[in-house]
Amino acid sequence: MIELCPLGDLVAGTVTRVAPPGLPAALALVRIGDRVFCIDDTCSHETASLSDGWLAGYQIECPLHESRFDLRTGAPDCPPARRPVRVYDVVVVNGMVCVEAEGTA
Amino acid sequence: MTVIAVVGTGLAGIRAAETLRAEGHDGRLIFIGEEPGRPYDRPPLSKQVLLGETADLALLDERGEAELAAEWRTGTRVTAFDPHNRTVRLGDGDRLNVDGLVIATGVRPRTLSCDLPESGVHTLRTLADATALRDDLAGGGRIAVVGGGFIGCEVASAARSLGHDVTVVEAGDTPLRAALGEPAARLLARRHIDSGVHLVTGAGVHAVTGGRRVTGLVLADGRVLPADTVVVGIGAAPDLTWLAGSGVACADGVLTDQWGRTNVPGVVAAGDVAAYACRTGRKRVEHWTNARDMPVVAARALLADLRGEDTTALPVHDPLPYIWSDQYGSRLQFAGRPGPGDRFTVVEGEPDGPFVAVYEHSGLVTAVLGVDSPRSFTRLRAGLRRTWAS
Ligand SMILES: Cc1cc2nc3c(=O)[nH]c(=O)nc-3n(C[C@H](O)[C@H](O)[C@H](O)COP(=O)(O)OP(=O)(O)OC[C@H]3O[C@@H](n4cnc5c(N)ncnc54)[C@H](O)[C@@H]3O)c2cc1C
Ligand code: FES
Repeated sequence: MIELCPLGDLVAGTVTRVAPPGLPAALALVRIGDRVFCIDDTCSHETASLSDGWLAGYQIECPLHESRFDLRTGAPDCPPARRPVRVYDVVVVNGMVCVEAEGTA
Repeated sequence: MTVIAVVGTGLAGIRAAETLRAEGHDGRLIFIGEEPGRPYDRPPLSKQVLLGETADLALLDERGEAELAAEWRTGTRVTAFDPHNRTVRLGDGDRLNVDGLVIATGVRPRTLSCDLPESGVHTLRTLADATALRDDLAGGGRIAVVGGGFIGCEVASAARSLGHDVTVVEAGDTPLRAALGEPAARLLARRHIDSGVHLVTGAGVHAVTGGRRVTGLVLADGRVLPADTVVVGIGAAPDLTWLAGSGVACADGVLTDQWGRTNVPGVVAAGDVAAYACRTGRKRVEHWTNARDMPVVAARALLADLRGEDTTALPVHDPLPYIWSDQYGSRLQFAGRPGPGDRFTVVEGEPDGPFVAVYEHSGLVTAVLGVDSPRSFTRLRAGLRRTWAS
């Protein structure tokens, strides 16, 4: 289990980028209501940072080529991205947002 | 059984085919494409491919291809379409009867009208073009790029980062002016010079010298520019010769309405080839996102037509234009449709580093330009989309 940030740091409607030392890659966090979603921050197409992208509902649109990734599944809705980004199970422990080190593809 | 032929196996063709299947076309789907091999994506050709970097070019993976369940006639050109008998004629003499036709034949690069040596003069559109150019660049020497559009700028940037001596010859005042307007183009022109690329502006090409192999250019003002490799990036145009006599209305492209429908029932066009009706009159757009999105609209309209349903209830193709380009280690992003006299203001950053600029007309933002500033660009583009939609 890796601690990412305090729950209070996540502002509704924005994407927060975290780069925890224990994980190989940066992550993007989104809080929607009571739930927190966590996916890989790097787009599965090229090297864009999804936290620079646009959040609409459960989708983050890549800032570069506009593939939209579903926060729940990691799947893109249209090309150029074809592969999903990794999705991580989030738990909140004592006000800290945490993930398991291994995400699911 | 309904038969639909898709002519052209580029991005627009693939997207049309995927949409036809997704929307329930369960008849025959026939792909006819002049280029051999499997469908691939073009943007990396002037970027990663020239640099010898790995890039995933495939537009379809094995699963996607299986799901399409299409018949492939690649390496074959369509030479004619007869709308009365509804047949397409292929270069190998075959004739196919079709109910629906998707025209997704893209564009072909223009080249110089003067005499050209046999080797060393390139245009860049296909994977074959890109590998030929990459092989020539490996020989080193002096590279002349004719034309300062997006492809010319990207090729110059790639050749320079491979360590070559590069000159860009641009007939106008500054590269990228047509696409981005004068003030933005001026700011970006400095990046060529800062990267050590020579920039010659206001100069047309009078002749290309060389016997078998190119030796250089003679410019309209008499200047001689030695070159071992010449890349011509002076724009592109659709090849519509196969539609002559078909009754499909064409001008600078295949003319369509907002749904991608041509004047011939059951025939749609999409991507670089299509000149579509839009809010500002008519547009033919040679950019990736247009070739991704327009075929979806066109394929839906085609199915509605073939099923005798009302097409006009379907969404139209009227996107906020969006372009990106990678040059000199920077990412350019541009969205909107500015007018010629729009006010141009840098609103964030510095012109020689990352920056964001807006174009304005009567106090309204008409376009946004971002250089290495995806986050700010994305926010401004979202605002622009809202205005565009309203
Ligand atoms: C080098 C390069 C870099 C680019 N970089 C960018 C970029 O960074 N950003 C951006 O927004 N856009 C970029 N573009 C533009 C983008 O790639 C195009 O807009 C897009 O590929 C258009 O797709 P299309 O399917 O309409 O046409 P195409 O991809 O051209 O496909 C058309 C296909 O139809 C075939 N065909 C033509 N005539 C016939 C016929 N009679 N019978 C059978 N087949 C036929 C052609 O051989 C071709 O394979 C770039 C283009 C190039 C060439
Ligand atoms: S980098 Fe995200 S879609 Fe291309």
